Amino acid sequence: MSDPGHTPDTSPAAKSTAATGPGRILLALRSSPLVRSLRKDMVASAAFGVLLLLLVAAAVPDLFAPYQVFDLTQIRLMDAFRPPFWLEGGSIEFPFGTDDQGRDILSAIIYGLRVSVTVGLGGVALAVVIGVTIGLVAGYVGGIVDSILMRIADVQLTFPAILIAVMIDGVSRAILDNAAREDAAVVVLIIAIGLSGWVEYARAVRGATMVERRRDYVASAQLSRVRTSGILFNHILPNVLTAVLVIGTIHLGVAILIEATLSFVGLGIPPTQPSLGTLIRVGNNYILSGEWWIAIMPGLALLVLVLAINLLGDFLRDALNPRLK
Amino acid sequence: MIVFLLKRLGGTLVVMLAVTAIAFVMFNYLGDPVVAILGQDASESARRAVEQQLGLDRPITVRFLSYLADVLRGDFGLSYRLGQPVMDVIVDRLPATIELAFSGMGIALLIGVPCGVYSAIQRNSAGTRVLLGASLVGISVPTFFVGVVLIWVFSVTLGVLPSFGRGQTVDLGWWTTGFLTPSGLAALVLPATSIAVFQIAMIMRLVRAEMLEVIRSDYVQFARARGLPESRIYFRHALKNTLIPVITIIALQLGSLIAFAVITESVFQWPGLGLLFLQSVAAADVTIMSAYLILIAGLFVVINLAVDLLYFAIDPRLRARAGR
Repeated sequence: MSDPGHTPDTSPAAKSTAATGPGRILLALRSSPLVRSLRKDMVASAAFGVLLLLLVAAAVPDLFAPYQVFDLTQIRLMDAFRPPFWLEGGSIEFPFGTDDQGRDILSAIIYGLRVSVTVGLGGVALAVVIGVTIGLVAGYVGGIVDSILMRIADVQLTFPAILIAVMIDGVSRAILDNAAREDAAVVVLIIAIGLSGWVEYARAVRGATMVERRRDYVASAQLSRVRTSGILFNHILPNVLTAVLVIGTIHLGVAILIEATLSFVGLGIPPTQPSLGTLIRVGNNYILSGEWWIAIMPGLALLVLVLAINLLGDFLRDALNPRLK
Repeated sequence: MIVFLLKRLGGTLVVMLAVTAIAFVMFNYLGDPVVAILGQDASESARRAVEQQLGLDRPITVRFLSYLADVLRGDFGLSYRLGQPVMDVIVDRLPATIELAFSGMGIALLIGVPCGVYSAIQRNSAGTRVLLGASLVGISVPTFFVGVVLIWVFSVTLGVLPSFGRGQTVDLGWWTTGFLTPSGLAALVLPATSIAVFQIAMIMRLVRAEMLEVIRSDYVQFARARGLPESRIYFRHALKNTLIPVITIIALQLGSLIAFAVITESVFQWPGLGLLFLQSVAAADVTIMSAYLILIAGLFVVINLAVDLLYFAIDPRLRARAGR
């Protein structure tokens, strides 16, 4: 990632959204340079469209999924192991085929998408809250507080996020008993992702804050005795949001991958309310016997989701980085 | 130079102490080792005896210091799950993971670096566009899914490569290797490839970005103005300067590769450290978890330190700044 910490935000889009109400945000968005360059970029527009569709499907799965797959009364074992519709024996009734219990894979994917996206967004939100707060404080206060916080960040950066998430998951297993942990799986994963991902935000926000801190508007706020928390969150925060947006988009892709990976190795979401990763884990048992679609179709859905997010992240990074223009 | 070295070493020690403290807390406060050894319904006197035997009745500072001393001697205690000394289990599993990680990195370098150079030189060619698209897919696809697809294609559909295990290994006394038997090599292909996919994409993008930066610089423009042949400019002048940051990144990636092996090993049932770690997490075997934490931290810290020193040796500007 190119260092967003050193690009103080001057784009009119971010400034106006920070200062106006919802109605005017829409107006500002339409004429904003960001939206205009999105329209010009075919790949990014397509990615945006796909992502929007997936997010809406995740938000209201009942509208999109043909079957209520986790309703036990709807299980029909006669329909088990149907291949996707383009293969012999498949039918358009079950476009991506069915699993070992006759459940429609497409519907399972749509419900799984909901879990994956929920965990991903939750984890990113937690990481943003922790990282932005630490970054603002470290950058604004400086001195010993800054050194301590950044030292902690350094220690954490020595480990890959996925390992930290696995560790946190392991800790939750040692604390909670099995049933309690299954119930809390989504929360545990959100915490694991949030705690493993805050460092990038903290570093970028700290860098931007150190620049913003010396600006006149901060000095005048200080002179009019605005509280420090007010200066941090009302005055400085809106001006470092661009960096947060770029990191957040890329982090969302990473977060969803971490969730899927943990679920795949059996440390994440249990099969009772499966995420995409859990679906692939379950389907993996049938790969060797030839029913490949049970694992491959959810995997492709995951790939499309993360790819769309990453394409959009790349676009945002380039579009919001004045150095590249 | 000496000051710089001491500072770095100091920082390294602080990191290791912090990690050891975390591992100690995990080791001591997660789960109940006495229950883990004796089972739920042991008599009070039996519990006392075990507590005393494990030294759990001593004050916390004493316990931390003795834990630290044990760790320094390489003694991480007994695994709750396996009942063997943790260090023996780890030493036993280490060769499999190292061989997998190095093979994966080898594949990634062989493919990633040339692709990166090509896509920087031929900035706008169709080939570059294909490579960039492929690299984005490579970064977006989860490692475990690459493994699943490879097994499906090469083991199930084509039936040409094994889908699990390490094949036949040769015991060299202190190291077991799969490099020397045909079945060992065959077993290595799919795991090493699946671990390499993300790294290929990553290395390609990094090499490309660095190379583009260097190509824009004054001395390359100057070399061009002197009328040097393009190949000489790219390979003698540009690539050389690109390689310094790339070597750093590769060194850092090697650490995360060993960590990432956790996932690949799980897909292919590769009998290495990663699989051991996952099984330990699933069983809440905190002894192995804390040992793994310390070892991986140690590995990363050593790599970081080596990279810093390498930078120091390569970049004269750093030396000048530290000398002042």
